Amino acid sequence: MLNTITNTLQIDPTQNPELAAQIDAILEEHRNKPGCLMVVLNEVQTKVGFVSEQIQDYIAASLHVPVSKVHGVISFYSFFTTRPRGKHTIKFCLGTACYVGGSPQLIEKAKQLLGIELGDTTEDGNISITMEACRCVGACSQAPVVVVDDTIYGRVKPSKVTQLIRALEKEG
Amino acid sequence: MTYFRSHILVCNDPVCTNKGSMEIMQALIDEISSKGLQDEVQVLDTPRIGNCENGPEILVYPEGLHYINLKKDQIPFLVEEQFLKGRPIPDFLAPPKKEQAQELGEPTAKEVRVVLRNCGKIDPQNIEEYIAEDGYQALAKVLSESTPDEVIDTVRRSGLRGRGGAGFPTGLKWSLTRDTVSNTKFLVCNADEGDPGAFMNRSVLEGDPHSVVEGMIIAAYAIGATQGYIYCRAEYPIAVRTLNIAIEQARAYGLLGEHIMGTDFSFDMEVRKGAGAFVCGEETALIKSIEGKRGEPRPRPPFPSVKGLFGKPTNINNVESYANVPQIILRGPEWFSSMGTEKSKGTKTFALAGDVNRTGLIEVPFGITLREIVFDVGGGIKNGHEFKAIQTGGPMGGCLPTADLDLEVDYEKLTQAGSIMGSGGMVVMDDETCMVDIARFFMDFIQDESCGKCVPCRVGTRRMLEILTRICNGEGRDGDIELLEELCVEIKQDSLCGLGQGAPNVIVSTLKNFRDEYEAHIYKKECPAKVCRALIQYEIQADKCVGCTACARNCPVDAISGEAKKPHSINPDTCIRCGICKNVCNYDAILVK
Repeated sequence: MLNTITNTLQIDPTQNPELAAQIDAILEEHRNKPGCLMVVLNEVQTKVGFVSEQIQDYIAASLHVPVSKVHGVISFYSFFTTRPRGKHTIKFCLGTACYVGGSPQLIEKAKQLLGIELGDTTEDGNISITMEACRCVGACSQAPVVVVDDTIYGRVKPSKVTQLIRALEKEG
Repeated sequence: MTYFRSHILVCNDPVCTNKGSMEIMQALIDEISSKGLQDEVQVLDTPRIGNCENGPEILVYPEGLHYINLKKDQIPFLVEEQFLKGRPIPDFLAPPKKEQAQELGEPTAKEVRVVLRNCGKIDPQNIEEYIAEDGYQALAKVLSESTPDEVIDTVRRSGLRGRGGAGFPTGLKWSLTRDTVSNTKFLVCNADEGDPGAFMNRSVLEGDPHSVVEGMIIAAYAIGATQGYIYCRAEYPIAVRTLNIAIEQARAYGLLGEHIMGTDFSFDMEVRKGAGAFVCGEETALIKSIEGKRGEPRPRPPFPSVKGLFGKPTNINNVESYANVPQIILRGPEWFSSMGTEKSKGTKTFALAGDVNRTGLIEVPFGITLREIVFDVGGGIKNGHEFKAIQTGGPMGGCLPTADLDLEVDYEKLTQAGSIMGSGGMVVMDDETCMVDIARFFMDFIQDESCGKCVPCRVGTRRMLEILTRICNGEGRDGDIELLEELCVEIKQDSLCGLGQGAPNVIVSTLKNFRDEYEAHIYKKECPAKVCRALIQYEIQADKCVGCTACARNCPVDAISGEAKKPHSINPDTCIRCGICKNVCNYDAILVK
């Protein structure tokens, strides 16, 4: 993962006009709202996919706030990531119902299949999959729940995890 | 408004969408137009019709027919039979509801739906359907007939208490904010439902967003607020979308904005998204978060009703509290206070999850016993197991044992029993659950979500987690239980906000009710429920194993060996005790020791 990040073009708005334009549009839309920092960061995370240090600098300069304040917010909330994620994300819910329902076993299975730990991203060729644990997604009656990209799968068994991961690999 | 003779509701829950419910919806729309029925039959999408296991699912009204497992090529036949000829197709219908899991099924006899009355029945994205169910009538009544003080008095007399968990009387809270002199006041709706195992607010926001919007407008009128915010979790994208649609529609109908319903009262609101911090459910942290800062709680007083959002008086209530308000105004405070117990009035929604037959959302009057919830509403324990404990109120709650099953649920009784009402999560645990492991699980959550501002919570929860992990790993020491007890007292006393103060509850309650399990872990190095991995071993019973190889194929570490059709065996040195083999074995041949 780190190897791909050295390509600062991807994550530095001052070197990437396309990224800068995307962030500028978000800033313009929300800058006059009270407490706009959270709104801006939320939008950037959703649309760009990550908030790198360079993006934090850029936003701080534009909103005239210290970058420490921006970083303070970024590091406080788990929703923000500073590194680009893999192309696909597979998340395992660790809410109470899912934990009791067997999500630790699902994680075990996925670790074995992907060969990575929670929070890491695979690097086989073109497909990259990020594996994460997440807090309750509010689908407790479907426990245990796995979220692949934006799709929620309920009542997942270990064999289903294999299927899901194979499908991602096939899709590329 | 056009009148349709028939309505089709298509489930847009992620599970159903994944199975192609949106394609089914498009096929239905196309087929209905091609038959020229577009003015007679309306197609809508709505969250959650059944349990999505048999998706894509649709509901046909007014008949209330529930079709499941639909495929695209069945749609022309379905439209022709059902809507052109008026004949239901029994083959496509869902089997009659039995003991199946459902998020919001038909209410059982013990349930009373006030907050959830419209969920799953109306199109949440259409304000007219809400209006047809007496929506915004309460607002009209308030604006035309009552002064703000009369509104507050009505709410006070109803006995409504904060549904976010603390149970502060809502009417009193409103009057405190009203009495603070300021030219700007804010109204905030706390929709940061972070408790694992709780999804009541999500269902209301997604299924009936206008009831929350209406409740908020009435509250704003009562306290004199001009701007409102709904702080919703980022993990609920559908709720955020539905709320934004609801707010836009209310604005278009003159129910939000300047001069609401032609009066001098003006109020508007917007949705703010959280970013995955559990502590932001605490009101002072939530305020910081809306202000665009780190969501760290601050000491109270000053309370938000005096000094809140952007330094101005602010009234904060939970989603469910607001959703109750329109009904209280319409049906009167006496009706509301006729339900419930002496000090806790009305109904409460709970998310029932865990090892019960019917998991899902329920709404029951206060005063119902835990036994009724688990066995009557929840349909008893799954797979014939025994009830062991019920954990109420999210991670800050406690685990109540069989002895507490006859407890009447209200704010005071739950607190007395060592748990809390919380926002309403209820997780039922059967005899295969290890209570030390559960305590460790919750401490892991709390420790992770502690914001780090005050020392007792930041350091204390970490120490407690270390001790619990040690006990689960079979390395518990003499004196660990006493050390935990001491830490519990200090963390509870000295923490700043509800997160730290509630953190010890799960340990205190499990120590009180399941002390023998702690002792077995520490002194006998045994896990009575056979859960803690360091203390158990998996073995294959040769007489039951048929050599189907299912376990060997599924073992993540290849610890199982053996020829096909001959008994297998597990190598205890490589086995990581994940339990997958036990789950996949169809012959009950795996034994846990």
